[in-house]
Amino acid sequence: MKADPKAVLTGAHFLDGDHACSEGAIAAGCRFVAGYPITPSTEVVERIAERFPLIGGVFIQMEDEIASSIAIQGAVWAGKKAMTVTSGPGFSLMMEHIGLAAMTETPCVFVDVQRGGPSTGLPTQPAQGDMMQARWGSHGDYGIIALSPNSPQECFDLTIKAFNLSEQYRVPVLFMMDECVGHMTERVIIPPAEEINIFPRRFYEGPRDEYLPFKPDEDLVPKIVKAGDGYKIHVTGLTHDEKGYPVMTAAAQEKLIPRLVNKIKLNAEKIIEYKEDNIDDAEVVVVTYGITSRVAIPAINQARQEGIKVGHLRLIVVWPFPEKRITELAGRIKSFIVPELNQGQIFYEVERNAYGKAPVYLVPHAGGTVHNPKDIYNAIIKSLKGK
Amino acid sequence: MDEQILEIEESIPVNPIESFLRTDRIPHIWCPGCGIGTTVNCFTRALETSGLDLNKVSIVSGIGCTGRVAGYLNLDSFHTTHGRPIPFATGLKLANPELKVVVYSGDGDLFAIGGNHFIHAARRNLDMTVICVNNSIYGMTGGQVAPTTPIFATASTTPHGNFEQPFNLPYLADSCGAVYVARWTAYHVRHLTKSIKEALAKKGFSFIEILAPCPTLYSRRNKLGDGLDQMLYYKENSEIKHGANTKEVALEFQSKIIVGKFVDRDRPDYLTLMNEHYQKKFGDKYTPYKG
Repeated sequence: MKADPKAVLTGAHFLDGDHACSEGAIAAGCRFVAGYPITPSTEVVERIAERFPLIGGVFIQMEDEIASSIAIQGAVWAGKKAMTVTSGPGFSLMMEHIGLAAMTETPCVFVDVQRGGPSTGLPTQPAQGDMMQARWGSHGDYGIIALSPNSPQECFDLTIKAFNLSEQYRVPVLFMMDECVGHMTERVIIPPAEEINIFPRRFYEGPRDEYLPFKPDEDLVPKIVKAGDGYKIHVTGLTHDEKGYPVMTAAAQEKLIPRLVNKIKLNAEKIIEYKEDNIDDAEVVVVTYGITSRVAIPAINQARQEGIKVGHLRLIVVWPFPEKRITELAGRIKSFIVPELNQGQIFYEVERNAYGKAPVYLVPHAGGTVHNPKDIYNAIIKSLKGK
Repeated sequence: MDEQILEIEESIPVNPIESFLRTDRIPHIWCPGCGIGTTVNCFTRALETSGLDLNKVSIVSGIGCTGRVAGYLNLDSFHTTHGRPIPFATGLKLANPELKVVVYSGDGDLFAIGGNHFIHAARRNLDMTVICVNNSIYGMTGGQVAPTTPIFATASTTPHGNFEQPFNLPYLADSCGAVYVARWTAYHVRHLTKSIKEALAKKGFSFIEILAPCPTLYSRRNKLGDGLDQMLYYKENSEIKHGANTKEVALEFQSKIIVGKFVDRDRPDYLTLMNEHYQKKFGDKYTPYKG
């Protein structure tokens, strides 16, 4: 399936990451957005509000982020592609509904343009402090997918990917931008609609009386229908059977919850995406994501100029995490360096998957600005001295 | 012998509301004497004569005893999170305006945790019907005080009696802009059925409060007898006063109950306003939104 040509602004543009995200959502077929104003994410919904009336979409500014994060799920069950957009404090309010979307297997996209936290923190300045919250923020066990763009171009491209993955796996997909990427303005190429691949919703097409709303296909993902189609579906956040009916037993929980986790875990290799530079001969690997991936480049280049074999692994899909790749690398390199705009989040994931075969060094940053590349360079040098 | 039994079974008339229920989910969880089932009966009877295409009716509930209504009705039904059926219903309705969307939930769900959503949906005049079963208490969690618990009533979290001012729900709905506001009790089954039918036919935000007994957790703790005693209280103390000023219908502990249709007015709903606005703004470039 291809994008709708009437809505895609094909051509070269000069856009900030927030606006590029809006255009990505429109290209992906999103026609329902609910949001609540919050810096530094608001420009995403402002552009949506500007663009939607003439392309058949509905934007509604809800009374809060809690309402926004469930209004989109109502819209999905009525057949729309939908997203909500927020930043830290709003993201915290949305956690319960990430769990609802995971439990009811509602495909939708949550955009979080990260700023300094906790609490109100640094509303206009960057951080990457919500990465673990994205993975684990709602109560209970479930799987999600999270992406991290590092440029306005990727804000466009990866928002489309976020929608496609949400449809393919019927999960909430978390689009983890940061203030720098959101407010950075660069050239963005929007391709012709016929070059934009859209993963269509997995609608059920079999015999009506045989439909079981939560019976999974081989890839553990069930087929969906929408309200108004005559199926009289029941959708609940309670533990449910394949019919969608609540069943309050350990056996029902055991049948449902591992599947919600495994549909991401067992499909992880298909979902994972990362970019590697100079990995083959690397003795040190810098693991980055988002804006930090760009800040690390001068540090890596300087070290390489000095003859140090430094490679770069940039996470594009952060969750599910490329566990196997980190373990492989750990077996043959001397150290990992993990710079991130937080006090250590993805660092722990790298460390866990290194299994002690290679030391992992965190380059923390409290947020508010980005790293000085020098700090990353120093960490590379120190790691080789075993400090 | 077998044939005889079969004959007898066939001669038993089918309950007319059976087709509206997910009979494979019965028995339900509600206590003996609870009023919720009665309200569901009225709702299905209103649906039966509403002329609505049942394939296009969606019901959305929150969490709590009344939150379980969605799960028993044979409609597209959504059992959402605590306090949030209205914003879910907002998305559902705006994404497909063809759907008739009904929110069916309790007083705690709609007016404590969900109060913010109620006032904004009423303000926006979203085209939906909100039915609130008000049993004056949190039933599912064991009888805690609610924003509807009358002053002096005892709850598990007000063991010495409640001293907080409760909401006057019709007044709240009226002042936020609902176009249809009514209150009935679980005793007034005919009036209630008619009222639900009217609300379903009304374009815009319609609201019905239904007072219902919670014998297990409200009546028992307040020494008000069983479900039947509470129904007698409704019967003997209700006064039907259509068009009553909603300011004057506040409830007190075992007080007189003013019931009736208080508000029935016309105001363009959200999507009508949206379409009219954009048509004025964009002219022919705008295609009226139909979902």
